[in-house]
Amino acid sequence: MLAVLGGLIYFFWNNLNANLQRLNLTPGFGFLNFQASFSIGESIISYRPTQSYWRALLVGLLNSLRVIGASLVVATLIGLAVGIGRLAKNWLIRQLAFGYVELLRNTPLLLQLFFWYFAIFLSQSNNQLNWGIVTISQQGLGLPFGLVLSPEFSALWLGLAIYTSTFIAEIVRGGIQSVPKGQWEAAHSLGLPGFVTLWWVIVPQAMRAIIPPLGNQYLNLAKNSSLAIAVGYPDLYAVASTTYNQTGRALEVMVLIMASYLSLSLMISAAVNYLNRRMQVVSR
Amino acid sequence: MPPLLPNISPQAWLRKNLFATGWDTGLTLAVLVALLWGGWRLLGWLFFQAQWQVITNNWLRFLIGRYPLEQAWRIGLLIVLGVLILGMGHWFGRTGWYRWVGGLIWFGLAVWLIAGGLGLTVVPTHLWTGLLLTLIVAVSSIVLAFPLGILLAVGRQSSLPVWRYGATVYIELVRGLPLIGILFMAQVMLPLVLPGTWQVDRLLRAVAGLVLFNAAYLAENIRGGWQAIPRGQFEAATALGLKPSLVIGLVILPQALRISIPAIAGQFIALLKDTALLSLFALLELTGIGRAILAQPDYLGRYGEVYLFVGLLYWLLCFGLSWFSRRLESVSR
Repeated sequence: MLAVLGGLIYFFWNNLNANLQRLNLTPGFGFLNFQASFSIGESIISYRPTQSYWRALLVGLLNSLRVIGASLVVATLIGLAVGIGRLAKNWLIRQLAFGYVELLRNTPLLLQLFFWYFAIFLSQSNNQLNWGIVTISQQGLGLPFGLVLSPEFSALWLGLAIYTSTFIAEIVRGGIQSVPKGQWEAAHSLGLPGFVTLWWVIVPQAMRAIIPPLGNQYLNLAKNSSLAIAVGYPDLYAVASTTYNQTGRALEVMVLIMASYLSLSLMISAAVNYLNRRMQVVSR
Repeated sequence: MPPLLPNISPQAWLRKNLFATGWDTGLTLAVLVALLWGGWRLLGWLFFQAQWQVITNNWLRFLIGRYPLEQAWRIGLLIVLGVLILGMGHWFGRTGWYRWVGGLIWFGLAVWLIAGGLGLTVVPTHLWTGLLLTLIVAVSSIVLAFPLGILLAVGRQSSLPVWRYGATVYIELVRGLPLIGILFMAQVMLPLVLPGTWQVDRLLRAVAGLVLFNAAYLAENIRGGWQAIPRGQFEAATALGLKPSLVIGLVILPQALRISIPAIAGQFIALLKDTALLSLFALLELTGIGRAILAQPDYLGRYGEVYLFVGLLYWLLCFGLSWFSRRLESVSR
């Protein structure tokens, strides 16, 4: 078995060397200092096409972090609300939350992103959707205080947050159901109102069951943010992909993509583990 | 589901479930108003604004894509044969060997009917498109990922450090990467690590990427089942004098696989949704064919109609499968 594996690796390595020689490519990251000469739609830091591939990839990374952070917050809030809604006493709320979860988690995220971007944002030709504080138009998502987010960012943000929220809702529901019924009854007999019971008695205990799978969903969200390329948002993967198209450096670009997503995943799981430890200490 | 107990009158049910308190009543009314308004707008769009010609003119395109129309009967025949084999199982009794033999026969027929050859016109892979391609890719990826997944799961439990570390590193590496990165690797790296004279089909490269990706997740599912097996099973099998490879092959794996069936079903549903990513690599599966149709001048701007229809197809498949697997689970218990 080991011999087969070793032989396979030797075979791949040999071919790789031969192919790189044939293509006249010497592996190395020196090309990253060359001028990128492609423009990027949006950036937090200043960027000009005359700057290096390094700078372009850094812009991509920051854009990724921006959309991941924003989606993470919104996905958690919606997920919490819908998860609690799944267990509401009110029949209508319960059915609504159930429909939301089952409708949205059984279609591909990519399709939802296309839908948000093309069918919602770009299809508002003359008229815009205006709900008082929030507007949706071809220019993007208009928020209070004159804040306007690009349609690419908004589509990715909403799509990621809503898709992930359905999975978080199911985790929250499971977590709340894992708290013994006696806790509800005890809080009720102390005369605590329903909302206080939920927030101060049930949720802190449910958190222990919620946080580990929630961390998995955060990891999935971070990985799914790489679908940004579908709506033209310049995230890390999109910039790396453009870099590959321009330079043909498959090996190096692949290594860069792998290294950055792996370190992103490690950072998120470290943060979740820290939170998990904090939560466990609370118990007696 | 409303609790339809015979001794609860409709009024009492409404009071209990919708209008229990003043706060509840307000909530119910607010949600009702929002739902009615949203539903009214949606119905208005569905029946008056949306132009459904893009679906009615192309519905067969969504299902079988660019597969030659004069050969479409082969797909129909395949479905009929599948139903027939399933139905005959009812007759013969669903014994283990019947399932395997029936499945294998159907699989062979599927390959022959879809690809052609042996008296049928050959249909090249770039014409396999639409929902047909989504299903071909999803089924073949999960089937091909199985041997690799089992190997990785066994490797992760191995007492040999080389195997254990190798399998662990592979699994964690793949699970830390986005699928789009793996597919990118399969498209650009695979030709680099194979001899320059080998021409690997674009579709084959995509399937290879999906297999490498899903094997890691399958291995974790199987490991979950493995860890649920009591130690006594290992000890009993070893006490009977079985070699370690036989302990795993005959005693542990069959049980581990049985336990992990629900997780594997979930994995298959996720895979079915993931196949949409192939549209980013110039493969026209269901999402890709939708985009190809949208690119035709006749149907410019019909995004809502096309994406809703494509979404409905995915939803029917995924929701149907998860409902079916939950039912199987509750029946087998």
